[in-house]
Amino acid sequence: MDARTSDAARPVLEAPDIARVLTRIAHEIVERAKGADDVVLLGIPTRGVFLARRLAARLEEITGKPGRIPVGSLDITMYRDDLRLRPARALARTEIPDDGIDGRLVVLVDDVLFSGRTIRAALDALGDIGRPRAVQLAVLVDRGHRELPIRADYVGKNLPTSLRETVKVQLTEEDGRDSVLLGLRETTPADGK
Amino acid sequence: MKRHLISAADLSRDDAVLILDTAEELARLADRPIKKLPTLRGRTVVNLFFEDSTRTRISFEAAAKRLSADVINFSAKGSSVSKGESLKDTALTLEAMGADAVVIRHHASGAPHRLATSGWINGAVVNAGDGTHEHPTQALLDAFTVRRHLSPAASGVGQDLAGRRITIVGDVLHSRVARSNVHLLSTLGAEVTLVAPPTLVPFGVESWPCEVSYDLDAVVGKTDAVMMLRVQRERMNAAFFPTEREYARRYGLDGDRMARMPEHAIVMHPGPMNRGMEITAEVADSDRCTAVEQVANGVSIRMAVLYLLLGGNESAVAAARTEESK
Repeated sequence: MDARTSDAARPVLEAPDIARVLTRIAHEIVERAKGADDVVLLGIPTRGVFLARRLAARLEEITGKPGRIPVGSLDITMYRDDLRLRPARALARTEIPDDGIDGRLVVLVDDVLFSGRTIRAALDALGDIGRPRAVQLAVLVDRGHRELPIRADYVGKNLPTSLRETVKVQLTEEDGRDSVLLGLRETTPADGK
Repeated sequence: MKRHLISAADLSRDDAVLILDTAEELARLADRPIKKLPTLRGRTVVNLFFEDSTRTRISFEAAAKRLSADVINFSAKGSSVSKGESLKDTALTLEAMGADAVVIRHHASGAPHRLATSGWINGAVVNAGDGTHEHPTQALLDAFTVRRHLSPAASGVGQDLAGRRITIVGDVLHSRVARSNVHLLSTLGAEVTLVAPPTLVPFGVESWPCEVSYDLDAVVGKTDAVMMLRVQRERMNAAFFPTEREYARRYGLDGDRMARMPEHAIVMHPGPMNRGMEITAEVADSDRCTAVEQVANGVSIRMAVLYLLLGGNESAVAAARTEESK
């Protein structure tokens, strides 16, 4: 996506903003789940996984239970509805915490919520893994343009965008820095995110 | 649009590593309550078997079903082939039924290639063993097994087999498994040594990317994996060695030879095993023998191959894409 994002991409969230936003989401999760006792965080690769780990660290701080919040990852590649539009993709890791997800509150974590198709695929994938008590969704950025009846429970930042714009999340673990960049698409292929 | 897996020699290092990595992720499916993915829903995979096979056919069938493809099994016995139907007419029939992929095993070397390049069918062709030519998915699952055992960190994801010493012992002449393995393992950077009686070393082996030795004892001490080949009695129409006992003594793997292998080295066998011939029961039943594990890995590898060939709008394996332009 980098190549298609013009140089004029401007940051809409910087590292301190991202840190603040994640702390807020962690507090909201604790509040809504009344203590986060049965919460399982599942990040959607690639960047959702790093966000899920950061959220888990904050939840452990807030609830004072170090190492007690299960975190995992959920690769949705095999469940995508656009597989036949592109060459088969390499798979990412699915890592379900040892205690599983049955009867737990699963919070899916992703970087950008756009069409909602990724989350639809994630819900299908979850159904093959177990039966959670409930599923919620936390995203760093909601950029709108939903194509399915899906919404997020926890949103870092609502970012109204046009379809000509790109939203690029950078995280230290993958990109060396924390930021959310808003840029312009140079060409306009229908893109997944 | 065509995408095929005919020969292990067509795979580049990156293709091979992509297949192994994909298989590594798919292998984790085995631990889940629902061992199924919806990825190939509505696709039809035909298993076209002109030669007897249990594990390869079942393995492809399990792989296709775990990816939710529809599977049609076609074996030459009891079909129109026994009434004299040609490969071409069989292929046209399958095409009319809308096969998205044809997994073919044939007693004639080159049959899968003919099927893939003839224009008879539009689907992908996967070679499941042709004559004494190639058996690429077996080589892939062998490489996968070696990588899992020898690179324990993260099961070796992203890595090749650079510098690993792998010895292939036995009936190389009749072995499509050996041929595919030599190509694939050398592509992945491993040093391959063939060990066989001179009568069972194929003509033209000098051009293969491997060493040849006639003495198993000289090689066994410095190898990371020993791959025992089955002595293929059904393909032996001449006397290739004096007696079975002599073969077993010189080229069979027994407890003594296994004890001289390095601590970490594994013993592999593509199956079916002739116990007492190329491998003793003691070795076959030891912890170091990966034969059963290879069968399990076979399903993951075949899922990976079917997914990468059929999962997208074009093949994710570059070698298979270039086949298109041939």
